[in-house]
Amino acid sequence: MSSNSLHATPGWLALLPAAVLAVLFLVPFGIMVGVSFAHRAPGGFFEPGFDLTSYARVFTPFVGRVIVTSVTLSAAAATICVALAFPFVVFLTQLGRAAQTVILVFLLAVLSLSEVIIGFSISTLLSQTAGIGNLLVWLGVIDAPQAYTPSLFALLVGLCYLGFPYTVLVLYPPVARIDPELPEAARVMGASPVRIFFTVLLPMLRKPLIGALILVFVFTLGAFLLPQVLGRPVHWTLSVHITDQAIFQSNMPFAAAMAVILLLVSLAMIGVTLLLGGRERGAR
Amino acid sequence: MSRGVKAFYLALIMAMMAAPLLVVAGVSLNASQSLRFPPPEMSVRWYGALFGESDWLAAMRNSLIIASVSGLIAVSVALPIALHLWSRGNWLGRVLYTLGVAPFMLPPVITALGFLAFWISADMYGQMPATIISHGIFLVTLPLVTISLGLQGIDRELVEAARTMGATRGRVMLTVILPLILPYLISGYAFAFVLSLNEYIIAYMVAGFTVETLPIKIFNSLRYGYTPIMAVISVMFVVAAVVIFAVIGRFGDLPRLLGAERARGD
Repeated sequence: MSSNSLHATPGWLALLPAAVLAVLFLVPFGIMVGVSFAHRAPGGFFEPGFDLTSYARVFTPFVGRVIVTSVTLSAAAATICVALAFPFVVFLTQLGRAAQTVILVFLLAVLSLSEVIIGFSISTLLSQTAGIGNLLVWLGVIDAPQAYTPSLFALLVGLCYLGFPYTVLVLYPPVARIDPELPEAARVMGASPVRIFFTVLLPMLRKPLIGALILVFVFTLGAFLLPQVLGRPVHWTLSVHITDQAIFQSNMPFAAAMAVILLLVSLAMIGVTLLLGGRERGAR
Repeated sequence: MSRGVKAFYLALIMAMMAAPLLVVAGVSLNASQSLRFPPPEMSVRWYGALFGESDWLAAMRNSLIIASVSGLIAVSVALPIALHLWSRGNWLGRVLYTLGVAPFMLPPVITALGFLAFWISADMYGQMPATIISHGIFLVTLPLVTISLGLQGIDRELVEAARTMGATRGRVMLTVILPLILPYLISGYAFAFVLSLNEYIIAYMVAGFTVETLPIKIFNSLRYGYTPIMAVISVMFVVAAVVIFAVIGRFGDLPRLLGAERARGD
């Protein structure tokens, strides 16, 4: 390592992506924060200035209710996702590689699906003419098929569907890296599978599980089409209202102020995860 | 827990995840213009009808152009960052890596609004290049993560050997490093491509009224009622995603790509 020409790339090459990310990622964020203090321009988007009106509007009961709705929905979805995904991932990592790959391919495909398609599919599944109502009638549980959407239930199903593959992928690395000899040792010592689950796996994975809970929470907080397709207007989340204000109410400053609040909440939550060290992937 | 219980649990969850997609595949086969499951009469006519609908084809063209070009942008931004971080491991590399993965950790509506404000200021609001560049930046995360993983697997002595034998930096790059990380480069591109194809909110905010992509077109038609064409498009999206990820899984090491380090030694 005597000369720096041993490096794979010349040092200046990093300046190119640095410039690209600065101009196209940091600058847009800066402009957005600036816009949140701008004046609302009727008919246009915004006029530069320093105005706290938009932030004053953020702290009203209406926005407060929206925030409570968003947080409650995402917290519920994240809890359900992690509770279902944890045993799923544990069992998944015990399968052979081929079977693991098949399941991961399917979950990646679902994860990549547009929220529009997920919303459409779930509303079809819960609809009157094509839905599980038909199945329940056939089983003799109910007399006539009915629609289960739009409703809070449908929205929660949608959010869990959206969040589940993500949860699996977040939990997969820490669970797959557990030394298989540890639960094996406990088994040899006579511990029952349920006991191993609660006394070996759960304590070892406490931090990754809390990390997953938070990441899935932030992930579902971003859902913005499902509340419109599967929920009623009272279930509209902060993401929906931000878009609504920016595009349909032409109130960019208010949208930006709400986005700044959402950004702060998300950053705080992600910061907690990083402190927990639950997500050790990345720059190592 | 016996093997049976575990297999049952895995199968049950997978069935629940597959159910909405199966129902959509079923309704896409309706002979009449209605969404019924099971379909009273089966027909594949809507798959053919799609190719007669010029507005759906235009949306498909937009989506494919945006996804293929923005994937290239994402890879070209990610590659130098990953190489810099791998060969030097300094603060600049770490800062760039964090910046590169940041858009993916945050609710996308925030990034979308940032891009909207940016393109209004740059006077490019509503133009396709704005959508392409926004997607390219938003999706840097995926090739960045896959290429970094690929680089971690390279034995540094290989590079050093090539250098001592007198190979220039460019030659080492072309004959040693790039061939070794090619599968990760391709899977990074494929991840970015699929996600761009499905991305809604950024495309919508930046140019939703002028450049209609497939997800935007689906959502716009959802408001006017259901048609089997929407089910056909959804089926095509699912099939495309499964095929692309299956190819990655077939030729690449998917468990390792997703972070299971132990899977490498097994």
